[in-house]
Amino acid sequence: MSISKLSHAEAAEQFIKDEPRTDWHDETLWFVRQKRDKAAHGLPEWEKLREWASQIKDHTLSNLDNYLKEFESKAQDNGVIVHWAADGEEHNRIIYDIITHHKIKKIVKSKSMLTEECGLNEFLHAKGIETVDTDLGERIVQFRQEAPSHIVLPAIHLKKQDVSDTFHEHLHTEKGNNDPQYLTEAARQHLREKFIESELAITGVNFAVAETGGFIVCTNEGNADMGAHAAKIHIACMGFEKMIPKAEHLSVFLRLLARSATGQPITTYSSHFHKPREGQEMHIVIVDNGRSRQLGRADFRNSLKCIRCAACFNTCPVYRRSGGHSYHTAVAGPIGSILNPNIDMRANADLPFASTLCGSCSNVCPVKIDIHDQLWKWRQVLVAEGYVDTTKKIGLKGMAFVLARPGLYRFAGKAGRAMMRMFPWLLNNKLNPWYKQREMPAPPKESFRDWYIKNKQQ
Amino acid sequence: MSARETILKAITANKPTLVDLPAIDLADVIQYTDLLQQYKTVLQSIGGGTVELQDLNSLKEELEIKKANGDFVVNRVASLGEVEDSIEHLTATDLAAVDTAYLQGTIAVAENGAIWLYESQMGNRLLPFICQHLVIVIEKKKIVPTMHHAYQQIENAKEGFGVFLAGPSKTADIEQSLVIGAHGARSLIVYIVG
Ligand code: SF4
Repeated sequence: MSISKLSHAEAAEQFIKDEPRTDWHDETLWFVRQKRDKAAHGLPEWEKLREWASQIKDHTLSNLDNYLKEFESKAQDNGVIVHWAADGEEHNRIIYDIITHHKIKKIVKSKSMLTEECGLNEFLHAKGIETVDTDLGERIVQFRQEAPSHIVLPAIHLKKQDVSDTFHEHLHTEKGNNDPQYLTEAARQHLREKFIESELAITGVNFAVAETGGFIVCTNEGNADMGAHAAKIHIACMGFEKMIPKAEHLSVFLRLLARSATGQPITTYSSHFHKPREGQEMHIVIVDNGRSRQLGRADFRNSLKCIRCAACFNTCPVYRRSGGHSYHTAVAGPIGSILNPNIDMRANADLPFASTLCGSCSNVCPVKIDIHDQLWKWRQVLVAEGYVDTTKKIGLKGMAFVLARPGLYRFAGKAGRAMMRMFPWLLNNKLNPWYKQREMPAPPKESFRDWYIKNKQQ
Repeated sequence: MSARETILKAITANKPTLVDLPAIDLADVIQYTDLLQQYKTVLQSIGGGTVELQDLNSLKEELEIKKANGDFVVNRVASLGEVEDSIEHLTATDLAAVDTAYLQGTIAVAENGAIWLYESQMGNRLLPFICQHLVIVIEKKKIVPTMHHAYQQIENAKEGFGVFLAGPSKTADIEQSLVIGAHGARSLIVYIVG
């Protein structure tokens, strides 16, 4: 699976070269955002629900060690084997050991952003073990040796003819048959075989309940269930922030999750796993991988409340027009741009800048994460730590200097407007990266402030 | 130090000061004047079908006809006749051949069309997912307004597995075109009795 080595801006530049496709990508995601709005507006208590969800998560983070211990002991009482992994490497190693211990050959996997984050597929592949991704979108990108470009809609960057070509190559479907029904049916037949013959199933976890030791997995396709109930061994992988205190809190999160993600009232399947079935072995791997560090960063700990609904992706004007792959990380979009610098500051220093800070993400987030504030705060941290190139740094420093001085700000504004009128080529040139793919609007003759002072009497 | 201790220690050191859980007041939650109508509308909007029945006689007949035709059907509803108890140890290969499964649901949720199924109602965890078509019987008086009410009425951790199931299996992973019947059941009909 290839994750781009280009910076966000460089990869986005590639993406937007195909203008019709960029427009299509933009519109498709906006359509999903609109479905989310419709679902949200259908519930008069929507804002209350967001508030409850946010508070439940705040509470959970403030008592997380105790909840994790409670969860572990309940899960063990239920006959589940619990593992702890400090990082992605340990997570992969634990899974590898289970596989080799049982001499497993056939593995199916349902969607888990955590296993993407840990690079599990690549790790196992390097050891000669193949896993089959069973979410339709993930299977498509797996065939194409690509990474998912979206956490809920992994193949959203592809058109039906791309899928048709891919399936023709790998599943021998009719060439040129682009009918989604036909293509989905082909995948259904292909993956049913994989489910039936698989010996081990790996799933993610949407919520883990301290009170019961149970974990909940949500899918529309039913692939997590097909895998987990057919295989002799089920491994569920979770970041430790998936914890919630009680089962009754699931009502709040299940009401929010699918509505925020796709505008559905709930996912088709919300499966509650408590005990292995007779003769089955069930494992849970609890992963840190930088999360405890993020918990200690007061400005960024909020990001651990995320329930991975992707509403912030669908609404983001930058994500919609740059595509998920331009974020070169497992979790793209606005929330990814907060989570990834925590994992690797140097490699992901570009991401907090891939935002207009318009705040739309924070407005749709079902757990009320202050996403755009955190992006802005990451920029400060990254500059201070020296991870930002000099042009951006000078620009930012200059901006901070001007913004802190209202008189200078007004002067600079006036000067800027005059400059744009008199010497437009000064700004509109190849040296100014803001000008790529953009036309500058005609500069107004006066600032809003001047206009306001002049007009407020009337 | 084990990973477990390292992680828990780091969390203890880094967690913020304790904040309270919110009080969830059901008076704030949406109310439906007609639960049945709401349930039917939502289920249809997510690809499921509903049939209202006074009693189960017609469904019983349908089941008999399917059996007589040699269709592989699995009945788990006591009021529909003999219940298949022997499916627990069937393999995935066996179950993949099931044409229609008949299950009894515990409760249905008006706001989203979901039905709660306990493992004991399935007989085999794989059944509601792997069968080609799914029929669920629910009593009309078992429709609750929202998920908050639903969790009050079920014991979600009573058994090893349980699911809220809402509609047939679906996907929109190919250019956002909705296709019913991804991996799980291709259709769901809910019979509402009473
Ligand atoms: S940050 Fe909020 S909106 Fe974005 S994926 Fe997470 S929960 Fe959803």
